[in-house]
Amino acid sequence: MAFAVACDIGKVLAFAHRNAMTTPRASLPSPTNIETSWPDAIYAHFRRAGIRQVGYVPDAGHSRLIALCRDDPDIADVVLTTEEEGVGLIAGAALGGQRAALLMQSSGVGNCINMFSLLRNCGFGGVVLVTMRGEFGEFNPWQVPMGAITEDILRLTGFLTYRVDSADAVDEIVGAGCDMAFDGNLQVAILLSQRLIGPKQWTR
Amino acid sequence: MLDRRDFVRQLLIDRGDLLVVPGLGSATYDVAAAGDHPLNFYLWGAMGGTAMIGLGLALARPDRRVAVLTGDGDLLMGMGSLATIGVKQPNNLAIVVLDNAHYGETGMQPSHTHAGVDLVAVALACRFRNARAVSRIEEAADVRALLHAGNGPILVNARISAEDTPRVLPLRDGHAIKQRFIEALNSV
Repeated sequence: MAFAVACDIGKVLAFAHRNAMTTPRASLPSPTNIETSWPDAIYAHFRRAGIRQVGYVPDAGHSRLIALCRDDPDIADVVLTTEEEGVGLIAGAALGGQRAALLMQSSGVGNCINMFSLLRNCGFGGVVLVTMRGEFGEFNPWQVPMGAITEDILRLTGFLTYRVDSADAVDEIVGAGCDMAFDGNLQVAILLSQRLIGPKQWTR
Repeated sequence: MLDRRDFVRQLLIDRGDLLVVPGLGSATYDVAAAGDHPLNFYLWGAMGGTAMIGLGLALARPDRRVAVLTGDGDLLMGMGSLATIGVKQPNNLAIVVLDNAHYGETGMQPSHTHAGVDLVAVALACRFRNARAVSRIEEAADVRALLHAGNGPILVNARISAEDTPRVLPLRDGHAIKQRFIEALNSV
């Protein structure tokens, strides 16, 4: 009996070691203004939740979060050719005992629809952070058809969806979303509204 | 050309702690026919996603070997995944394409490889460290050795006969397949 218990503890320790995270490096300067520091709040929840794989298609709205993840030796950053690949990544990571998040623009949600069935069908927990286009002050009408149906599509494919409209709400909503996704093996999508991201990032 | 069942059976002989992700359709049936195993993550859908599931698993468990066995149609649908895998360079990931040059599940329509699209060349262009084509059963032992100890990422394009094979149907409940896999992986 004592031997069996020792074995179990060994397994737990091995698992903990595999998922242990080092102290984050602070090589990127931290913005002090909450209007621009919300990606740091998301990243802090990634660390807290022990997310070890982050898939993304490069995106201006997510650029700071992507940079933070790329700079973290505990996070495998996986640049994708299409968002749909990231759905498989979440499933594979979960099979191997790691938590994963996926970053995309609202247009990317449409690229994932059939693949999302993998998460729903097997109960893989995951967090998808969606920067919205085509909904608030969008200059490009080509973004509007997908942006207008993004949240509906996510709900129809099995996601719990939470919208964030202001920078001071990011911390609370992303924290709650990560908890629900990984404590309950649920699919959680957090929509970062175009109003939050602001028009400045889209023009140069 | 290879008999798919015979080839897959030989690849999985004495598989040890190899993690196997078979793609939907015939690849899942072939892997089931070689012997059910809790470290098989059978797919019944998610076409185009098999290689990426392999990547997520390989990154999460660098201490284990991961073998994706899938059809040409599945790999063609997710061909960008080869570029994504090429960027990450997972040493422990191998993809075996069971290439019959046809879409078997839907009525044997010819696939892109039938017209000469070369998946080995695609893999090499995507920075795979090991990519080769096989078509003789005598090569199965070499491919098996690659799965267990080759430098990844690896892609093997296995030209198999397009003959129909009886379906061997494994577990279909996604939650059950996942849970069984995770428990087996955590117990070794």
